[in-house]
Amino acid sequence: MCDCCEKSDLSKLTPVFEAFAGDDHALISILQKAQEIYGYLPVDVLYAIAEKTGNSPAKVMGVATFYTQFRLKPVGKNLILLCKGTACHVNGADSIEKALVEELGVGDGETTDDGIFSIKTVACLGCCSLSPVMMINEDTYGSLTPAKAKEIVRKIREASK
Amino acid sequence: MKLVFGEGSCGIAAGARKVRAAVEKLNTEGAVEIGITGCIGMCYLEPIVDVYDGGTLVKRLVKVQEKDAERIYKAVAAATSAALPELADLEISADDKEFLEKQTRIALRHCGLIDPEDIAAYEAVDGYKAIRKVLAMTPEQVIEEIKVSGLAGRGGAGFPTWFKWNAARNAKGEQKYLICNADEGDPGAFMDRAVIESDPHSLIEGMLIAAYAIGATKAFVYVRAEYPLAIVRLEKALAAAKKAGLLGENILGSGFSCDIRIKAGAGAFVCGEETALIESLEGNRGMPRLKPPFPAEKGYTQAPSNINNVETFANVAWIILNGGAAFAAMGTETSKGTKVFALTGKIKRGGLVEIPMGLTLRDVIFGIGGGIRDGGTFKAVQMGGPSGGCIPEHLLDTKIDYKALGATGAIMGSGGMVVMDSHTCMVNMARFFLDFTAKESCGKCVHCRIGTKRMHEILTRITEGKGKEGDVELLQDLCNGIKAGALCGLGQTAPNPVLTTIRYFRDEYDAHIREARCPAHECAALKKYSIDPAKCKGCTMCAKKCPVGAITGTVKQPHAIDQSKCIKCGQCVATCKFGAVAIG
Ligand SMILES: Cc1cc2nc3c(=O)[nH]c(=O)nc-3n(C[C@H](O)[C@H](O)[C@H](O)COP(=O)(O)O)c2cc1C
Ligand code: SF4
Ligand code: SF4
Ligand code: SF4
Ligand code: FES
Ligand code: FES
Repeated sequence: MCDCCEKSDLSKLTPVFEAFAGDDHALISILQKAQEIYGYLPVDVLYAIAEKTGNSPAKVMGVATFYTQFRLKPVGKNLILLCKGTACHVNGADSIEKALVEELGVGDGETTDDGIFSIKTVACLGCCSLSPVMMINEDTYGSLTPAKAKEIVRKIREASK
Repeated sequence: MKLVFGEGSCGIAAGARKVRAAVEKLNTEGAVEIGITGCIGMCYLEPIVDVYDGGTLVKRLVKVQEKDAERIYKAVAAATSAALPELADLEISADDKEFLEKQTRIALRHCGLIDPEDIAAYEAVDGYKAIRKVLAMTPEQVIEEIKVSGLAGRGGAGFPTWFKWNAARNAKGEQKYLICNADEGDPGAFMDRAVIESDPHSLIEGMLIAAYAIGATKAFVYVRAEYPLAIVRLEKALAAAKKAGLLGENILGSGFSCDIRIKAGAGAFVCGEETALIESLEGNRGMPRLKPPFPAEKGYTQAPSNINNVETFANVAWIILNGGAAFAAMGTETSKGTKVFALTGKIKRGGLVEIPMGLTLRDVIFGIGGGIRDGGTFKAVQMGGPSGGCIPEHLLDTKIDYKALGATGAIMGSGGMVVMDSHTCMVNMARFFLDFTAKESCGKCVHCRIGTKRMHEILTRITEGKGKEGDVELLQDLCNGIKAGALCGLGQTAPNPVLTTIRYFRDEYDAHIREARCPAHECAALKKYSIDPAKCKGCTMCAKKCPVGAITGTVKQPHAIDQSKCIKCGQCVATCKFGAVAIG
């Protein structure tokens, strides 16, 4: 591994490896736990997981890049999941996305310079009857309008300052 | 008296927990009993608070806000009778009551009625009676009962459930597995989420019965990552069932053992496909396998496995208790029982609808859903998500039945029903789905991986007014190629949204291609903004806002838009207080 790679505290992975010891099919679960711990999947963590689970780094990377849940870069303090599923599409999800991009200056998969927000579009949050919908951290916001969406992120930004 | 809060994901998103917290703060002396329930299914009226007197629902309060909490608490705490006239303005209307009254609920039988986090509440409504009955039957008898019921898979394909169980039962292998597909990938559908959040024990009981029938001792529920509350409630339910001796070793002293584990998905639509789901369970990239061998022979770790959808399992305990014949008595020749739909889009009353098969689309959309909201006109209903199609107005009397729906070019699907009105562009709808499938294609087959991309490019250019004569034929060609060349259902069905919109809305394609016009006024690039001189007061606001200086005019004189400069951002429409800017 080269020097430019991150240095993460790998000891935090020990309880995860213990919990899944002996389970040959736990790679995805382990990656999920690791992402919970580090907020994303740093390269050195992926190597450590590969070594410990007996998988090749290529396989671990392959799995980590296949599933949309996994991130290889850190995210902002607040993660906005903007729904672009069918029901939300029909009810104007595009205009909500436009409003968020206007307000935050970043789009899908990006993080604001101050690190307060990341935006990610998703396919459905299961609250379709409140569409258009977005989820910020654990909270779901429904029946959005462009103005309402802007106001919500403004409030969170104030609170995060 | 007891206040019960509807706390499915929808209810919570609408603010149910805030209202409950406000009531709990007032309820320091415990004058009112407080409880929760899952999805009542009337999402459009959330947050919903039910008032119970003893075990009877006496009042249903809808669209309750935090500010109503004090009023509700005071009225209920002081109430001597169930009349509660002070809350009349919050009470559900007779019209809205029909939404539920017109339904027949089997899979959703407990949703919104019981506390999903309390196993005793489930047992009080005959919960875990069916598994007790089953443990005294032979597995063959159980499979026979399911055969009589005519239950077919609710995950989309509609394959007879008994047949799959029987195949897994007869497959050779020491260890067999049972898998519940809770990946619910159709964007716009939430039936399975609602069942798990609202009645997790009925899923567990259905799974136990299936495991007993096929001889499986290990089971998984593969839940989509976007459903955190469903996972929490299911975890709680599994722990409670285990404690009650209903799960694990030697269940209820019968000698039958079965364990159920949760596996959280990681976000990949293709993992809803059964063999991709199995790959994912094994910790791999979710790439579909070649069939045959079917999972019944070689599934999870190459052992015999049976996969069913959440809603399929949710019907099982009811069938065992009431008999397969009672289930088969509902529905049509080819489709038995009931089906749950998630009714959304431009619908007046959106939510969960369970009806006997054989009703028409019109019955559901207009009879139960109340038709189009905001006075719009119906254009089409999308069923089956990315694998399905758009059904137009003239086919609204189509019966809800696997065969009849299939004949329209759409499919029954897993239950997503997204209603569209005249403001939805059908070409853009097709583009939307191809964007989705192109991104979700696992990449194994060339036709699917590249074909969906090409289709998406063509559809995008049509929506931008750059379509060419012959594009529709090219799309049809690609559709046939992908259908023939794809390995799994994702690719095989990806053309459906395109084929159905071409079949029923060819005029919209032609308008985009030949006249650079979007009849629904949805496609941004084809919008034409103009100022109505009769309405314009010359306030200059729009000219100041326009990012490219496309609007000119003198103060107090009508302004005008220079079409060659306009980038169609819509700012002027949003700015004008006099409604002078028209979109054509
Ligand atoms: C691309 C694709 C996605 C699918 N997604 C789901 C899904 O989200 N949920 C589901 O139950 N079945 C889904 N299916 C169907 C499953 O492959 C499988 O047929 C089903 O889970 C079997 O259960 P059932 O017989 O009870 O319907 C999907 C199929 C395909 C091809
Ligand atoms: S059809 Fe598409 S999703 Fe299915 S296996 Fe082939 S490439 Fe993958
Ligand atoms: S749509 Fe945008 S660019 Fe066009 S005239 Fe209006 S404000 Fe200007
Ligand atoms: S904002 Fe409206 S009224 Fe004012 S100049 Fe523009 S079009 Fe005319
Ligand atoms: S489509 Fe947006 S929540 Fe389902
Ligand atoms: S109330 Fe839960 S699905 Fe809407």
